[in-house]
Amino acid sequence: MRDLIIIGGGPAGLAAAYAAYEKGVRDILIIERDAKLGGILNQCIHNGFGLHRFGEELSGPEYAGRYIAMLKDTGVEVYSDTMVLELRPDRTVCAVSAARGYVELQAKAIVLAMGCRERTRGAISIPGKRPSGVFTAGAAQRYLNMEGWLCGKRVVILGSGDIGLIMARRMTLEGAKVLACVEVMPYSGGLNRNIVQCLHDFDIPLYLSHTVTDIRGDKRLTGVTVMKVDDRRMPIPGTEMDFDCDTLLLSVGLIPENELTRQAGITISKTNGPVVFDNMETSLPGVFACGNVVHVHDLVDFVSEEAARAGSAAADRIFGKLPGESAVSVLTGNAVSYTVPQYIRDSENEKAVSVSFRVNKVMENVTIEVQGKEKTLCSYKRAHMAPGEMEKIVIPRVLLKNETAVTVAIKE
Amino acid sequence: MKEMICITCPKGCHLQVDETTLTVRGNGCPRGVVYAQNEMTDPKRTVTSTVAISGSFLARCPVRTTAPVPKGKMKELVALLKEHTLVSPVKTGDVVIKNVFGCGADVIVTRDM
Repeated sequence: MRDLIIIGGGPAGLAAAYAAYEKGVRDILIIERDAKLGGILNQCIHNGFGLHRFGEELSGPEYAGRYIAMLKDTGVEVYSDTMVLELRPDRTVCAVSAARGYVELQAKAIVLAMGCRERTRGAISIPGKRPSGVFTAGAAQRYLNMEGWLCGKRVVILGSGDIGLIMARRMTLEGAKVLACVEVMPYSGGLNRNIVQCLHDFDIPLYLSHTVTDIRGDKRLTGVTVMKVDDRRMPIPGTEMDFDCDTLLLSVGLIPENELTRQAGITISKTNGPVVFDNMETSLPGVFACGNVVHVHDLVDFVSEEAARAGSAAADRIFGKLPGESAVSVLTGNAVSYTVPQYIRDSENEKAVSVSFRVNKVMENVTIEVQGKEKTLCSYKRAHMAPGEMEKIVIPRVLLKNETAVTVAIKE
Repeated sequence: MKEMICITCPKGCHLQVDETTLTVRGNGCPRGVVYAQNEMTDPKRTVTSTVAISGSFLARCPVRTTAPVPKGKMKELVALLKEHTLVSPVKTGDVVIKNVFGCGADVIVTRDM
């Protein structure tokens, strides 16, 4: 029996390993599917990482490098090029690799840090032909930034998530012409700073409330049709615009990757990630989860923070320090699409608990309220809220004492 | 009054800048003032890209400028990087181009390869 197995060696897995080590765990194994640690950060060569965590602006590989350096000389073991096939409810991990063959390893605690994956053309059902030249933005990013292949010369980007915006700038700088960024919603799903420095800086038009309705080309993509959509997201006849392009990048959302989680019978929430307690423990005792496998984050700094909580709680579990039995449910109220965690248990050590969530529309000058059974427990003012920006509030635990459920809601 | 979004950090504050006095409002921290004033007079951006590398496990090595460079020089800089090939091993922080365009910023490696 091993002490701690961490599935995934990206930012979440690295920070969880470091936190568990700091708390005294010495038998830690990270299982990573790729050849190297660092996960998606390795292809995110742009800067902007680490302002919260390290107080400076780093590129993705630099941010990952900091954690890899922190784990040096800790004795944390890494199985790279290794794919986890199954997680069993008794915390047995079944994995396969060319170097070790098939192995079954049981641990006292498991941290799930598998991250997320991109939604594809199939997931959003774009009509039209099926030529080559349709890529997810993240795949194009890996080809360009790690392997050195520019995947097209005339590009349309569907979706205004951060990866799509970053790729608009990246491909432009490498000599491609990005014709348009097309977003079905009336607002962008990406960070404001990326709209400015990736689109405005290069005069790339952003078409809000528009979508791709046709894909043309027999071998290679030759063009796409873009149409305006109504408030039910249905294309409006007569608004067709044709773009001659050889590449369509899709930046249409990320989905937490939870096949293993489901296999183990762990309860899944509406984020598509596991339901978690405030210490990031899932419905299966001893199994913790953190980072984009739980809910998709905007900033890696907050992934690290959440992962440290998971790693530290896993250490507590390994050393026999068990959390309290009773739990307060966290429910979603007006304009709140989800919260993480969904349950808060008693803690002797922490005076406050942080709750992350997203809203489902753009709002100005609003108040976030945490409502108890009889009254509002605490409130937080915000000048601007948008679905593209994850929110975080810190609730003093003393306020939760006599509650069984609290609701996070936005007062407009 | 010119409206702009601060790109200094991911928070993205909505700033208002007076075109004549360069007075800034809406900033969450002092860096917003610096950003807005630079943006009105001499806009600059940090550039990130890759450089070819031989003898490593990948074909490209990520690099960035250590400070923002003039916005108009971004494409020129990326084109300039195509003339360079690194040889493994390189370390994070190794200088690829010193004082690029004489603007005070270096281009550095951002991954050990």
